[in-house]
Amino acid sequence: MMNHIDLSSVLRQTVACDLYSNLVTRPTGAAVRGQIELLLGNAHDRTLTVIDFSQVSMIDFSCADEVIAKLLLRYATENPPHEAYFLFRGVTDVHWEAIETVLERRGLALVVEQDDGVHLAGALPDAERRVWESVRRLGRAGIRDVALDLGELPSAAEQSLDALCRRRLMMKLDHEYVVVGAHRGG
Amino acid sequence: MTTVINVPPSLDDHTFEDVLRQVVPYPADTKLLLDARHVRWASPYGLTALLTLAQARPGVLSLAVPELDETGSYWARAGFFRQAEELFELHGTYPKRAGTADSNVLLELTAVAKSEDVHDVVGRIQQKAQQILRELSLDAKASVGFAMTLSEICQNIVEHAGRGGWVMVQTYRWTKRLGRRVVVIAVGDAGVGFRQSLESAPGKERGDRWDDAAALEDAVIRGVSRFRDPGRGQGLAGVRRYLGRWDGKLSVRSGTARIAIVPSWDDDVPLAEQLPPFPGAQIQVTIPERGTEPAAARGTSR
Repeated sequence: MMNHIDLSSVLRQTVACDLYSNLVTRPTGAAVRGQIELLLGNAHDRTLTVIDFSQVSMIDFSCADEVIAKLLLRYATENPPHEAYFLFRGVTDVHWEAIETVLERRGLALVVEQDDGVHLAGALPDAERRVWESVRRLGRAGIRDVALDLGELPSAAEQSLDALCRRRLMMKLDHEYVVVGAHRGG
Repeated sequence: MTTVINVPPSLDDHTFEDVLRQVVPYPADTKLLLDARHVRWASPYGLTALLTLAQARPGVLSLAVPELDETGSYWARAGFFRQAEELFELHGTYPKRAGTADSNVLLELTAVAKSEDVHDVVGRIQQKAQQILRELSLDAKASVGFAMTLSEICQNIVEHAGRGGWVMVQTYRWTKRLGRRVVVIAVGDAGVGFRQSLESAPGKERGDRWDDAAALEDAVIRGVSRFRDPGRGQGLAGVRRYLGRWDGKLSVRSGTARIAIVPSWDDDVPLAEQLPPFPGAQIQVTIPERGTEPAAARGTSR
Protein backbone atom coordinates (compact mmCIF):
# COMPACT_ATOMS: atom_id res chain seq x y z
CA MET A 1 0.00 0.00 0.00
CA MET A 2 1.27 3.48 -0.83
CA ASN A 3 0.41 6.85 0.76
CA HIS A 4 1.23 10.34 -0.38
CA ILE A 5 1.40 13.05 2.27
CA ASP A 6 1.72 16.66 1.16
CA LEU A 7 3.36 18.29 4.17
CA SER A 8 2.11 21.77 3.31
CA SER A 9 -1.49 20.49 3.37
CA VAL A 10 -0.91 18.79 6.68
CA LEU A 11 0.70 21.97 7.97
CA ARG A 12 -2.29 24.09 6.96
CA GLN A 13 -4.67 21.69 8.65
CA THR A 14 -2.49 21.64 11.74
CA VAL A 15 -2.04 25.37 12.27
CA ALA A 16 -5.49 26.17 10.85
CA CYS A 17 -4.13 28.98 8.72
CA ASP A 18 -3.64 29.17 4.96
CA LEU A 19 -0.88 31.74 5.30
CA TYR A 20 1.75 29.46 6.75
CA SER A 21 3.94 27.39 4.49
CA ASN A 22 6.87 27.19 6.87
CA LEU A 23 7.55 24.20 9.03
CA VAL A 24 8.83 26.00 12.10
CA THR A 25 8.68 25.41 15.87
CA ARG A 26 8.51 22.19 17.86
CA PRO A 27 4.80 22.37 18.68
CA THR A 28 4.02 22.69 14.96
CA GLY A 29 6.37 19.82 14.14
CA ALA A 30 4.84 17.62 16.82
CA ALA A 31 1.35 18.39 15.55
CA VAL A 32 2.32 17.64 11.94
CA ARG A 33 3.93 14.35 12.98
CA GLY A 34 0.79 13.53 14.94
CA GLN A 35 -1.28 14.00 11.78
CA ILE A 36 1.10 11.82 9.76
CA GLU A 37 0.93 9.08 12.38
CA LEU A 38 -2.84 9.34 12.37
CA LEU A 39 -2.84 8.77 8.62
CA LEU A 40 -0.41 5.88 8.99
CA GLY A 41 -2.53 4.44 11.77
CA ASN A 42 -5.18 3.55 9.23
CA ALA A 43 -2.69 1.57 7.19
CA HIS A 44 -2.20 -2.15 7.45
CA ASP A 45 0.88 -4.29 7.09
CA ARG A 46 3.57 -2.92 4.81
CA THR A 47 3.21 0.67 3.58
CA LEU A 48 5.37 3.07 1.63
CA THR A 49 4.61 6.70 2.40
CA VAL A 50 5.85 9.55 0.24
CA ILE A 51 6.47 12.61 2.41
CA ASP A 52 6.28 15.54 0.01
CA PHE A 53 8.13 18.78 0.77
CA SER A 54 7.43 20.38 -2.62
CA GLN A 55 5.18 23.12 -1.25
CA VAL A 56 7.07 23.72 2.01
CA SER A 57 8.96 27.03 1.96
CA MET A 58 11.33 26.18 4.77
CA ILE A 59 11.84 23.94 7.78
CA ASP A 60 13.86 24.80 10.87
CA PHE A 61 15.97 22.49 13.04
CA SER A 62 13.37 22.08 15.77
CA CYS A 63 10.59 21.22 13.37
CA ALA A 64 12.82 18.86 11.38
CA ASP A 65 13.62 17.02 14.58
CA GLU A 66 9.94 16.69 15.48
CA VAL A 67 8.61 15.76 12.04
CA ILE A 68 11.39 13.72 10.48
CA ALA A 69 13.69 12.44 13.19
CA LYS A 70 10.96 11.37 15.59
CA LEU A 71 8.93 9.80 12.79
CA LEU A 72 11.93 7.73 11.69
CA LEU A 73 12.81 6.85 15.28
CA ARG A 74 9.33 5.46 15.86
CA TYR A 75 9.27 3.26 12.80
CA ALA A 76 12.94 2.33 12.39
CA THR A 77 12.94 0.09 15.46
CA GLU A 78 12.69 -3.61 16.15
CA ASN A 79 9.01 -3.29 17.06
CA PRO A 80 7.38 -0.52 15.04
CA PRO A 81 3.58 0.02 15.09
CA HIS A 82 3.61 -1.53 11.61
CA GLU A 83 6.01 -2.01 8.74
CA ALA A 84 6.24 1.52 7.36
CA TYR A 85 8.75 2.88 4.84
CA PHE A 86 9.25 6.51 3.92
CA LEU A 87 10.37 8.21 0.74
CA PHE A 88 11.07 11.94 0.92
CA ARG A 89 10.19 13.98 -2.14
CA GLY A 90 10.66 17.64 -3.07
CA VAL A 91 13.53 18.16 -0.64
CA THR A 92 15.70 21.03 -1.86
CA ASP A 93 18.60 23.08 -0.54
CA VAL A 94 16.21 25.23 1.48
CA HIS A 95 15.16 22.20 3.51
CA TRP A 96 18.37 20.31 3.48
CA GLU A 97 20.40 22.10 6.12
CA ALA A 98 17.88 21.41 8.88
CA ILE A 99 17.16 17.85 7.79
CA GLU A 100 20.80 16.87 7.47
CA THR A 101 21.59 18.35 10.88
CA VAL A 102 18.93 16.36 12.72
CA LEU A 103 19.75 13.14 10.88
CA GLU A 104 23.39 13.42 11.88
CA ARG A 105 22.56 14.31 15.46
CA ARG A 106 20.20 11.36 15.80
CA GLY A 107 22.27 8.91 13.75
CA LEU A 108 19.44 8.44 11.24
CA ALA A 109 19.22 8.08 7.49
CA LEU A 110 16.46 8.38 4.93
CA VAL A 111 15.78 7.93 1.24
CA VAL A 112 15.14 10.97 -0.92
CA GLU A 113 13.65 10.93 -4.39
CA GLN A 114 15.24 13.30 -6.88
CA ASP A 115 14.99 13.80 -10.62
CA ASP A 116 17.72 11.23 -11.24
CA GLY A 117 16.33 8.61 -8.89
CA VAL A 118 16.53 7.71 -5.22
CA HIS A 119 19.42 8.54 -2.94
CA LEU A 120 20.51 7.87 0.61
CA ALA A 121 21.00 10.75 3.00
CA GLY A 122 22.01 11.08 6.61
CA ALA A 123 24.20 9.14 9.00
CA LEU A 124 25.03 5.59 7.99
CA PRO A 125 28.07 3.31 8.38
CA ASP A 126 30.10 3.07 5.17
CA ALA A 127 29.50 -0.68 4.88
CA GLU A 128 25.72 -0.22 4.90
CA ARG A 129 25.94 2.68 2.48
CA ARG A 130 27.94 0.51 0.01
CA VAL A 131 25.42 -2.31 0.29
CA TRP A 132 22.49 0.05 -0.23
CA GLU A 133 24.15 1.49 -3.36
CA SER A 134 24.83 -2.02 -4.61
CA VAL A 135 21.18 -3.06 -4.28
CA ARG A 136 20.07 0.16 -5.92
CA ARG A 137 22.34 -0.61 -8.89
CA LEU A 138 21.26 -4.22 -9.08
CA GLY A 139 17.56 -3.36 -8.80
CA ARG A 140 16.54 -6.41 -6.81
CA ALA A 141 19.15 -8.61 -5.28
CA GLY A 142 19.84 -11.53 -2.98
CA ILE A 143 22.60 -11.78 -0.40
CA ARG A 144 24.94 -13.58 -2.79
CA ASP A 145 24.35 -11.01 -5.54
CA VAL A 146 25.37 -8.20 -3.23
CA ALA A 147 28.36 -10.08 -1.83
CA LEU A 148 29.56 -10.82 -5.35
CA ASP A 149 29.01 -7.23 -6.48
CA LEU A 150 31.03 -5.82 -3.59
CA GLY A 151 33.55 -8.62 -3.21
CA GLU A 152 32.48 -9.22 0.37
CA LEU A 153 31.65 -12.31 2.38
CA PRO A 154 27.92 -13.18 2.19
CA SER A 155 27.73 -12.99 5.98
CA ALA A 156 28.98 -9.38 5.92
CA ALA A 157 26.54 -8.44 3.17
CA GLU A 158 23.68 -10.09 5.04
CA GLN A 159 24.53 -8.20 8.20
CA SER A 160 24.38 -4.86 6.38
CA LEU A 161 21.18 -5.83 4.53
CA ASP A 162 19.48 -6.70 7.81
CA ALA A 163 20.61 -3.42 9.34
CA LEU A 164 19.26 -1.50 6.33
CA CYS A 165 15.92 -3.27 6.64
CA ARG A 166 15.75 -2.36 10.33
CA ARG A 167 16.41 1.25 9.36
CA ARG A 168 13.53 0.98 6.86
CA LEU A 169 15.86 1.98 4.03
CA MET A 170 15.42 -1.33 2.27
CA MET A 171 12.60 -3.85 1.89
CA LYS A 172 12.95 -7.61 1.96
CA LEU A 173 10.74 -9.31 -0.61
CA ASP A 174 10.84 -13.06 -0.18
CA HIS A 175 14.57 -13.80 -0.28
CA GLU A 176 15.56 -10.67 -2.15
CA TYR A 177 16.09 -7.07 -1.26
CA VAL A 178 15.02 -3.81 -2.90
CA VAL A 179 15.81 -0.23 -1.88
CA VAL A 180 12.92 1.97 -0.80
CA GLY A 181 11.50 3.84 -3.77
CA ALA A 182 13.50 1.84 -6.30
CA HIS A 183 10.51 1.21 -8.52
CA ARG A 184 10.15 4.97 -8.87
CA GLY A 185 13.32 5.25 -10.90
CA GLY A 186 17.06 5.35 -10.36
CA MET B 1 11.18 59.65 45.10
CA THR B 2 12.28 58.77 41.59
CA THR B 3 15.90 58.03 40.74
CA VAL B 4 17.22 59.10 37.35
CA ILE B 5 19.16 56.63 35.22
CA ASN B 6 21.12 58.07 32.31
CA VAL B 7 20.75 56.30 28.99
CA PRO B 8 23.89 56.76 26.84
CA PRO B 9 23.60 58.73 23.57
CA SER B 10 24.45 55.60 21.61
CA LEU B 11 22.58 52.60 22.98
CA ASP B 12 23.75 49.14 21.96
CA ASP B 13 24.66 45.82 23.55
CA HIS B 14 27.79 47.24 25.16
CA THR B 15 26.49 50.60 26.36
CA PHE B 16 23.33 49.01 27.72
CA GLU B 17 25.59 47.54 30.41
CA ASP B 18 26.08 51.12 31.65
CA VAL B 19 22.32 51.39 32.09
CA LEU B 20 22.23 48.12 34.00
CA ARG B 21 25.13 49.15 36.26
CA GLN B 22 23.12 52.21 37.29
CA VAL B 23 19.90 50.23 37.78
CA VAL B 24 21.18 47.20 39.68
CA PRO B 25 21.93 48.89 43.03
CA TYR B 26 18.26 49.80 43.45
CA PRO B 27 15.70 47.30 44.77
CA ALA B 28 13.16 46.05 42.22
CA ASP B 29 10.36 48.23 43.60
CA THR B 30 12.34 51.49 43.34
CA LYS B 31 10.85 54.03 40.99
CA LEU B 32 13.36 54.78 38.26
CA LEU B 33 13.30 57.24 35.40
CA LEU B 34 15.34 56.18 32.39
CA ASP B 35 16.50 59.43 30.88
CA ALA B 36 16.80 58.76 27.15
CA ARG B 37 16.39 62.42 26.14
CA HIS B 38 19.89 62.62 24.75
CA VAL B 39 19.91 59.32 22.94
CA ARG B 40 20.77 59.80 19.28
CA TRP B 41 21.05 56.21 18.13
CA ALA B 42 19.87 52.83 19.40
CA SER B 43 20.55 49.39 18.01
CA PRO B 44 17.82 46.72 17.90
CA TYR B 45 19.50 45.22 20.96
CA GLY B 46 19.27 48.54 22.78
CA LEU B 47 15.55 48.86 22.06
CA THR B 48 14.67 45.26 22.96
CA ALA B 49 16.77 45.54 26.10
CA LEU B 50 14.87 48.64 27.25
CA LEU B 51 11.59 46.75 26.92
CA THR B 52 13.11 43.76 28.68
CA LEU B 53 14.28 45.95 31.55
CA ALA B 54 10.74 47.25 31.97
CA GLN B 55 9.47 43.67 31.91
CA ALA B 56 11.93 42.78 34.68
CA ARG B 57 10.83 45.71 36.83
CA PRO B 58 7.09 45.98 36.21
CA GLY B 59 5.24 49.12 37.15
CA VAL B 60 8.15 51.18 38.40
CA LEU B 61 9.96 52.46 35.32
CA SER B 62 9.43 55.74 33.56
CA LEU B 63 11.12 56.71 30.33
CA ALA B 64 11.96 60.20 29.16
CA VAL B 65 11.85 59.77 25.38
CA PRO B 66 14.56 61.10 23.02
CA GLU B 67 14.33 64.83 22.37
CA LEU B 68 15.77 64.63 18.89
CA ASP B 69 12.91 64.38 16.38
CA GLU B 70 14.90 62.11 14.13
CA THR B 71 15.54 59.65 16.95
CA GLY B 72 11.95 59.72 18.19
CA SER B 73 10.71 59.20 14.67
CA TYR B 74 12.99 56.21 14.20
CA TRP B 75 11.93 54.66 17.52
CA ALA B 76 8.32 55.06 16.39
CA ARG B 77 9.04 53.39 13.04
CA ALA B 78 10.79 50.61 14.90
CA GLY B 79 7.56 50.04 16.84
CA PHE B 80 9.19 50.91 20.14
CA PHE B 81 6.60 53.29 21.55
CA ARG B 82 3.73 50.97 20.75
CA GLN B 83 5.32 48.30 22.94
CA ALA B 84 6.72 50.75 25.51
CA GLU B 85 3.38 52.39 26.24
CA GLU B 86 2.30 49.22 28.01
CA LEU B 87 5.47 48.94 30.05
CA PHE B 88 6.73 52.43 30.88
CA GLU B 89 5.27 55.68 32.01
CA LEU B 90 6.46 57.75 29.05
CA HIS B 91 7.52 61.37 29.44
CA GLY B 92 8.02 63.83 26.61
CA THR B 93 6.57 64.02 23.13
CA TYR B 94 6.92 61.27 20.62
CA PRO B 95 5.19 60.32 17.36
CA LYS B 96 1.98 58.47 18.18
CA ARG B 97 1.97 56.88 14.77
CA ALA B 98 4.87 55.27 13.03
CA GLY B 99 4.30 57.22 9.79
CA THR B 100 6.16 55.89 6.78
CA ALA B 101 7.75 52.52 7.29
CA ASP B 102 11.52 52.52 7.68
CA SER B 103 13.05 50.46 4.91
CA ASN B 104 15.95 49.58 7.20
CA VAL B 105 13.66 48.04 9.76
CA LEU B 106 13.10 44.56 8.40
CA LEU B 107 11.01 43.54 11.39
CA GLU B 108 9.79 46.11 13.86
CA LEU B 109 9.78 45.31 17.56
CA THR B 110 7.43 42.36 17.81
CA ALA B 111 6.20 40.52 20.86
CA VAL B 112 6.94 36.80 20.92
CA ALA B 113 5.20 34.58 23.43
CA LYS B 114 3.89 31.53 21.62
CA SER B 115 4.56 29.26 18.68
CA GLU B 116 2.14 31.17 16.41
CA ASP B 117 4.18 34.34 16.97
CA VAL B 118 7.25 32.56 15.59
CA HIS B 119 5.28 31.55 12.48
CA ASP B 120 4.22 35.16 12.05
CA VAL B 121 7.75 36.53 12.51
CA VAL B 122 9.27 34.02 10.06
CA GLY B 123 6.51 34.68 7.52
CA ARG B 124 7.06 38.42 7.73
CA ILE B 125 10.84 38.20 7.40
CA GLN B 126 10.49 35.93 4.37
CA GLN B 127 8.59 38.72 2.65
CA LYS B 128 11.76 40.78 3.09
CA ALA B 129 14.04 38.00 1.85
CA GLN B 130 14.93 39.79 -1.39
CA GLN B 131 15.91 42.91 0.52
CA ILE B 132 18.10 40.89 2.91
CA LEU B 133 19.84 39.22 -0.01
CA ARG B 134 20.40 42.56 -1.70
CA GLU B 135 21.65 44.27 1.45
CA LEU B 136 24.13 41.54 2.25
CA SER B 137 25.01 40.30 -1.25
CA LEU B 138 24.08 36.79 -0.19
CA ASP B 139 22.58 33.94 -2.16
CA ALA B 140 19.08 32.53 -1.74
CA LYS B 141 20.25 29.71 0.50
CA ALA B 142 21.54 32.26 2.98
CA SER B 143 18.15 33.89 3.31
CA VAL B 144 16.60 30.56 4.30
CA GLY B 145 19.31 30.13 6.92
CA PHE B 146 18.52 33.62 8.12
CA ALA B 147 14.85 32.73 8.61
CA MET B 148 15.87 29.51 10.39
CA THR B 149 18.15 31.48 12.68
CA LEU B 150 15.37 33.91 13.46
CA SER B 151 12.98 31.05 14.13
CA GLU B 152 15.32 29.22 16.47
CA ILE B 153 16.27 32.18 18.61
CA CYS B 154 12.64 33.27 18.89
CA GLN B 155 11.77 29.75 19.97
CA ASN B 156 14.26 30.15 22.77
CA ILE B 157 11.72 32.51 24.31
CA VAL B 158 8.73 30.26 23.71
CA GLU B 159 10.45 27.13 24.98
CA HIS B 160 12.53 28.39 27.87
CA ALA B 161 11.71 31.91 29.03
CA GLY B 162 8.39 31.14 30.70
CA ARG B 163 7.13 34.55 29.58
CA GLY B 164 7.06 36.64 26.43
CA GLY B 165 9.86 38.66 24.89
CA TRP B 166 10.60 40.76 21.84
CA VAL B 167 12.40 40.47 18.54
CA MET B 168 13.58 43.10 16.09
CA VAL B 169 15.50 42.88 12.81
CA GLN B 170 17.22 45.80 11.19
CA THR B 171 19.82 46.54 8.58
CA TYR B 172 22.26 49.42 8.75
CA ARG B 173 25.68 50.48 7.62
CA TRP B 174 28.10 49.76 10.43
CA THR B 175 30.60 52.42 9.47
CA LYS B 176 32.95 52.61 12.42
CA ARG B 177 33.51 48.94 13.01
CA LEU B 178 33.06 47.28 9.70
CA GLY B 179 32.49 49.76 6.90
CA ARG B 180 29.85 47.43 5.55
CA ARG B 181 26.15 46.88 5.85
CA VAL B 182 24.94 44.40 8.43
CA VAL B 183 21.65 42.77 9.29
CA VAL B 184 21.06 42.47 13.01
CA ILE B 185 18.58 40.31 14.88
CA ALA B 186 17.98 41.15 18.53
CA VAL B 187 15.84 39.01 20.82
CA GLY B 188 15.30 39.63 24.50
CA ASP B 189 13.20 38.44 27.40
CA ALA B 190 13.27 38.83 31.17
CA GLY B 191 12.16 35.28 31.89
CA VAL B 192 14.04 32.19 32.95
CA GLY B 193 17.68 32.56 32.00
CA PHE B 194 19.97 29.83 30.73
CA ARG B 195 21.32 28.82 34.14
CA GLN B 196 17.92 28.37 35.73
CA SER B 197 16.64 26.60 32.64
CA LEU B 198 19.50 24.09 32.67
CA GLU B 199 19.19 23.61 36.42
CA SER B 200 15.64 22.40 35.87
CA ALA B 201 16.97 19.43 33.85
CA PRO B 202 16.18 16.12 35.55
CA GLY B 203 19.25 14.82 37.38
CA LYS B 204 21.31 17.87 36.49
CA GLU B 205 24.63 17.67 38.33
CA ARG B 206 26.44 20.88 39.04
CA GLY B 207 30.18 20.84 38.63
CA ASP B 208 32.68 22.73 40.72
CA ARG B 209 32.13 25.73 38.53
CA TRP B 210 28.48 26.35 37.91
CA ASP B 211 27.35 29.86 37.16
CA ASP B 212 25.80 31.88 34.35
CA ALA B 213 28.96 31.65 32.25
CA ALA B 214 29.13 27.86 32.62
CA ALA B 215 25.45 27.59 31.69
CA LEU B 216 26.03 29.68 28.56
CA GLU B 217 29.03 27.57 27.58
CA ASP B 218 26.92 24.43 28.00
CA ALA B 219 24.01 25.75 25.97
CA VAL B 220 25.77 27.72 23.23
CA ILE B 221 29.02 25.80 22.77
CA ARG B 222 28.05 22.24 23.76
CA GLY B 223 24.40 22.28 22.70
CA VAL B 224 23.20 21.18 26.13
CA SER B 225 19.48 21.51 26.80
CA ARG B 226 17.33 21.09 29.88
CA PHE B 227 15.57 18.26 28.05
CA ARG B 228 17.11 14.80 28.06
CA ASP B 229 15.98 14.21 24.50
CA PRO B 230 19.20 14.12 22.41
CA GLY B 231 17.41 16.00 19.64
CA ARG B 232 17.20 19.06 21.83
CA GLY B 233 19.78 21.82 21.88
CA GLN B 234 20.44 21.75 18.16
CA GLY B 235 18.75 25.08 17.47
CA LEU B 236 21.60 27.21 18.79
CA ALA B 237 24.12 24.74 17.35
CA GLY B 238 22.51 25.22 13.94
CA VAL B 239 22.57 28.98 14.37
CA ARG B 240 26.29 28.81 15.17
CA ARG B 241 26.95 26.74 12.07
CA TYR B 242 25.00 29.14 9.87
CA LEU B 243 26.81 32.17 11.27
CA GLY B 244 30.18 30.47 10.87
CA ARG B 245 29.43 30.04 7.18
CA TRP B 246 28.40 33.66 6.66
CA ASP B 247 31.01 35.24 8.93
CA GLY B 248 28.34 36.31 11.40
CA LYS B 249 28.51 37.05 15.09
CA LEU B 250 26.39 35.57 17.84
CA SER B 251 26.27 36.93 21.35
CA VAL B 252 24.10 35.60 24.14
CA ARG B 253 23.74 37.34 27.48
CA SER B 254 22.05 35.75 30.46
CA GLY B 255 22.28 36.59 34.13
CA THR B 256 25.74 37.95 34.81
CA ALA B 257 27.55 36.61 31.74
CA ARG B 258 27.71 37.05 27.99
CA ILE B 259 29.18 34.60 25.54
CA ALA B 260 30.04 35.48 21.96
CA ILE B 261 31.06 33.63 18.83
CA VAL B 262 33.36 36.29 17.50
CA PRO B 263 34.25 36.48 13.77
CA SER B 264 37.54 37.88 12.56
CA TRP B 265 36.09 41.32 11.84
CA ASP B 266 35.20 41.90 15.48
CA ASP B 267 37.30 42.10 18.63
CA ASP B 268 34.66 41.40 21.22
CA VAL B 269 35.61 39.13 24.11
CA PRO B 270 34.37 35.52 23.79
CA LEU B 271 33.19 35.46 27.39
CA ALA B 272 32.34 38.32 29.71
CA GLU B 273 31.60 37.53 33.35
CA GLN B 274 30.52 39.44 36.43
CA LEU B 275 28.25 41.70 34.44
CA PRO B 276 25.38 43.43 36.21
CA PRO B 277 22.66 40.80 36.78
CA PHE B 278 19.83 40.90 34.26
CA PRO B 279 17.15 38.19 34.12
CA GLY B 280 16.22 36.14 31.08
CA ALA B 281 18.24 35.98 27.90
CA GLN B 282 19.29 38.58 25.36
CA ILE B 283 20.56 37.38 22.02
CA GLN B 284 22.10 39.33 19.18
CA VAL B 285 22.99 38.03 15.73
CA THR B 286 24.98 40.18 13.31
CA ILE B 287 25.51 39.17 9.71
CA PRO B 288 27.75 41.36 7.55
CA GLU B 289 27.52 42.12 3.87
CA ARG B 290 29.61 39.79 1.76
CA GLY B 291 32.33 40.65 -0.66
CA THR B 292 34.36 43.55 0.63
CA GLU B 293 37.01 43.70 3.30
CA PRO B 294 36.31 45.67 6.45
CA ALA B 295 37.17 49.33 5.85
CA ALA B 296 37.88 50.23 9.43
CA ALA B 297 40.85 48.98 11.39
CA ARG B 298 40.04 46.40 14.02
CA GLY B 299 39.74 47.79 17.50
CA THR B 300 38.01 50.99 16.46
CA SER B 301 35.49 51.84 19.09
CA ARG B 302 31.91 52.28 18.17
